Amino acid sequence: MSTSRKPRLAVYKFASCDGCQLSLLDCEDELLDIAGEIEIAYFMEARSQTLPGPYDLTLVEGSVTTEEEIERIEEVRRLSRFLVPIGACATAGGIQSLRNWADVEDYVSIVYPNPEYIKTLKTSKPISDYVEVDYELPGCPISQEQLLELITSLLIGRQPRLPAHTVCRDCKSRGTVCITVAQGIPCLGPVTRTGCGAICPAYNRGCYGCFGPIDDGNPISLGEHFLALGYSGDQVARHFRNFNGYSLMFREASDYFEGKDND
Amino acid sequence: MTEKKINVDYMSRVEGEGALRIHFKDDQVSEVQLNIFEPPRFFEAFLHGRSYDDVVDITARICGICPVAYQMSATHALEKALGITPPPGIRSLRRLFYCGEWIESHALHVYMLHAPDYLGYESAISMAGNPELLPVVKRALRMKKAGNDLMVVIGGREIHPVSACVGGFYAAPSQKALKALLPELEWGLNAAIDTVQWAATLEYPDFEVDYEFVSLSHPDEYPFNEGSILSSTGLDVPMEEFDQHYVEHQVAHSNALHARRVDSGSTYMVGPQARFNLNFERLSPTVRDLSDEIGLELPVRNPFHSLIIRSLEMVNAFEEAVQLIESYEQPRQSRAEIPQPLQAGEGCHATEAPRGLLFHRYRVDENGLITFARIVPPTSQNQPRIEADLWQYAPGVIQLPLEEATLRCEQLVRCYDPCISCATHFLKLDIVHD
Repeated sequence: MSTSRKPRLAVYKFASCDGCQLSLLDCEDELLDIAGEIEIAYFMEARSQTLPGPYDLTLVEGSVTTEEEIERIEEVRRLSRFLVPIGACATAGGIQSLRNWADVEDYVSIVYPNPEYIKTLKTSKPISDYVEVDYELPGCPISQEQLLELITSLLIGRQPRLPAHTVCRDCKSRGTVCITVAQGIPCLGPVTRTGCGAICPAYNRGCYGCFGPIDDGNPISLGEHFLALGYSGDQVARHFRNFNGYSLMFREASDYFEGKDND
Repeated sequence: MTEKKINVDYMSRVEGEGALRIHFKDDQVSEVQLNIFEPPRFFEAFLHGRSYDDVVDITARICGICPVAYQMSATHALEKALGITPPPGIRSLRRLFYCGEWIESHALHVYMLHAPDYLGYESAISMAGNPELLPVVKRALRMKKAGNDLMVVIGGREIHPVSACVGGFYAAPSQKALKALLPELEWGLNAAIDTVQWAATLEYPDFEVDYEFVSLSHPDEYPFNEGSILSSTGLDVPMEEFDQHYVEHQVAHSNALHARRVDSGSTYMVGPQARFNLNFERLSPTVRDLSDEIGLELPVRNPFHSLIIRSLEMVNAFEEAVQLIESYEQPRQSRAEIPQPLQAGEGCHATEAPRGLLFHRYRVDENGLITFARIVPPTSQNQPRIEADLWQYAPGVIQLPLEEATLRCEQLVRCYDPCISCATHFLKLDIVHD
């Protein structure tokens, strides 16, 4: 094995907004250092040159929404030592997974002049529904800090330390007055994973779940509290059914509250 | 008969997934396709039944590079639909927010996506390997960061900011937090002026097109969030009439809907070059003097000069950001009261995204739920124009070695900074040719 060969990084895009791969380019202070340590071998948004796999670390942005993307993610998996979906689309299906509750043919006919030409999967699903993944970075968009931790830890050969506590705890750390307790505004902070820095409550609004559910949260209990505050079941359901709406726990909660009347 | 083909299966240094195909017969162009294979995400469909409040956060996710543009078009359109007037101070804060996004997006495009074409590099990462160009790349990253930092202070984060809402902002930044940005923005202003002078030294292909330019136009200021729809053909209409004059068609050879003039069926250009040509007098004196100094002649018809124009727009944005912060006072109320019960209504609005005019139209019912949504992004308007440019440009480069000819055509496409993620938020995935 050559010791001089730099680790190879690949960045692939599926159905997405480009924001998570932009997060890498937004590491303005670190980008050139990263490029010094790692061969950025495949990153179409940033460079024309491509190097063939296998890749030591592959970041995948976006959800799987077409037959072609299923084939492509299988190929990407074969090329990758570590495969890491990044962002809410890749880890939970993204906002486009709202189609999973609808008839996609209705969607097509709402949007397209010639709906008979449209061919797409009925669902938008995360990468892990199709291939094995090694780690996942949640977020809409991802946290740059977590991205840098992932890249550097894999570079030096240790497990990445990805925090798993709640947004709620971050609010306590930064001293933000609780927006639900003080103002009765629904906030997903108690069941949402950290990563954003608890910005929404600091900007006087409730968390809307960009980093998806924590592993051991109880979204239904939290939703019952929103009902008690006077919000309708449909309002509570929509609150969970956002960028991570198709993640298992938020999906169950949104299905539970949809159409539910307040007592 | 000889046939040649330029084929780029997956275009690099653009946002999103697109392919380029140009076919020649006897050195005549026989076919041009900017083929988009990015899958559709159906935003306009799943907005149905969502609350008006959700629209601002959801449409931001159409594009990670210009989320503020989506938030600005959406908030204004929904405020019109619901009869809401934002409180004093919000108008300026929204302009300041947009300055941040223009700086970030233009710095990314000028230096990292487009400049490599002019300097013979495959990326800014490779440019950084040349000691002479390393300071240029470092300047680019620092400018980009200055734009991002401005968005972070106003919006909480630069990608999908969280503060914008119908009626204003959930919270407005403190004077202190914004003033802390001034030293870096003042540096950025000088860096942007240096950028213009540097951009003027690059070598540009000799190529001019007789475009129809379309942008917002405002009597007193360079357009961000307000104005009428102005065309270089003389059309000047309220933005509410946009979709009476410009309409999208589905075409057989492309995965994109193409926007054209309703009356003539002709193509048009939106974006920095259109804004610049139509609103030159509303740029700051600094920008106009710089433009004269480097010898730009109006109207600029060479699409490759859009790199210089983006640089000039960065000067304008840095300068305006500094001025807005110097005169900023934190609004006493950051968000208008939302009248209850809600009035059902319809509203539309256009703003100037970094890539050009971005039009939204919504209908909202009395429960505040969306019953109709229509979004026309800049790239779907520019796409037929890009193809028309290639028809005109390609014959002049086809005598070059194929690899060189291909690079030249890609360079032309990148003049438009196409954002395929935006354009495909509702594009169809697969066309069956008949």
